[in-house]
Amino acid sequence: MRLTWDSNHPDGGLRATRKVAVVGVGAVSVAGIGKEEFWEGLFKPSAAGVKRVENFDPTPWLSPKELRRYDRFNQFGVAAADLAMQDAGPLNLPSEKVGVFMGTGVGGLESLENQIILAQQRGYNRVTPFLVPLLMTNAGAASIAMRFQLRGPCETTSTACASSNHAIANAARLIATGRCDAMIAGGQEAAITPAATAGFTNMTAISSCGISRPFDKERDGFVQAEGAGVLVLEEYEHAISRGAHVYALIEGTASNEDAHHITAPLPGGKGAEACMRIALDDAGITPEQITHINAHGTSTPLNDLSESQAIYSLFGDSCPPVTSVKGTLGHALGSAGALEAIAVALTFEHELIPVTANTKHIESEMKLDLVVDEPRKFETGYVISNSFGFGGHNSCIVFGPAR
Amino acid sequence: MSMDKEEAFSKFKDCAVKVLHVEPEKVVPEATFAEDLEIDSLDLVELVMALEDEFSVSVPESDLEGVDTVGKAFDLVYGKL
Repeated sequence: MRLTWDSNHPDGGLRATRKVAVVGVGAVSVAGIGKEEFWEGLFKPSAAGVKRVENFDPTPWLSPKELRRYDRFNQFGVAAADLAMQDAGPLNLPSEKVGVFMGTGVGGLESLENQIILAQQRGYNRVTPFLVPLLMTNAGAASIAMRFQLRGPCETTSTACASSNHAIANAARLIATGRCDAMIAGGQEAAITPAATAGFTNMTAISSCGISRPFDKERDGFVQAEGAGVLVLEEYEHAISRGAHVYALIEGTASNEDAHHITAPLPGGKGAEACMRIALDDAGITPEQITHINAHGTSTPLNDLSESQAIYSLFGDSCPPVTSVKGTLGHALGSAGALEAIAVALTFEHELIPVTANTKHIESEMKLDLVVDEPRKFETGYVISNSFGFGGHNSCIVFGPAR
Repeated sequence: MSMDKEEAFSKFKDCAVKVLHVEPEKVVPEATFAEDLEIDSLDLVELVMALEDEFSVSVPESDLEGVDTVGKAFDLVYGKL
């Protein structure tokens, strides 16, 4: 990972000597809760329609009193963080050297909508005193910090569907640069509400048939989903010294902006392509070293076209295997990147690339080696995971094998 | 509105148990909010809002100054009946 981007420097810039390891994962998603269920869920057929986490029970994690002040997105985040911390094992680090970076698109939208309805029915003086802590986007990161008594940097990133990739990337850099020794990082979202659904529907972003089929010629929009994904990142040498299991390393990250349109990507996927190039440069690798792409692949006509163009511009005819787990998971917005990062960590673990579910006929102009029908063996190498958000926000993360 | 004090306290207690998720036996007049019931100022506001509904009274925020026990909160509400 780069420390400087100084082109006058003999080596083109200084690089961090500290490596960033992924040592814990926690998922709350329609595919399952916890890494085993989640991984198995990625290989099961997915039903059409909105993807709520129907079987989520927050009571193992939160008391009745806490539940009154934690919106659903916050409940997801605490549960996923707890699962990730259990997976990571005891960090044995000073609390000041561990932080929390989470991403979310909208925070506690359901609570806000409910309280506005209540206010209109009974007056604004009936609005709960917990409304602000329920709805504020940063309640997610704050709740995790309180739960684990972590006193390092604690922040929330909100870049729509790129939120959690940005949060993970920024967290990784804090470890690489030495400010922190470990970070809890990921994303959380619970925005399947009447108003959000109406907004997405009216802008024709949502699949009319409720089927997510990324890169398919019949794709007609994304399928709304919810959940949380949390990673525990740790400085590699410290992780090894305490005997932690290392899934993968974060080798490079990138963030840039289309500056084009509030929802449509830059034509030709130029912004996404540039972002992937910066991530490869940050990792100090060439496109040939990428052996798998975990695509953003939302199943919207525009994203999938421009992302395929970006990938082709970078990899040409030697495209590594590409998958989008959104065929199975739907689009969990601000938590999507984190859930995909977990899929990548588990791809390293199981040496297997899950399929892009529901996709039957790849759009002919998309020259991608898309993993469909059957999972594919993962040839160990580097993996790039993409997330792009409304607003033109792009975020890419390069993962490498543990070593 | 006339209501027996005992009956009123019973209603008050039910309301507190429901809103604050505290053990019913802890809701006694001498119990302090902060230490005995472990509730903070936001919980207290929510409790008062629920009591306003339950007893059809209005409790302005300024009246809550110094209200730190169950007994004081009950007297405040009961005094408005």
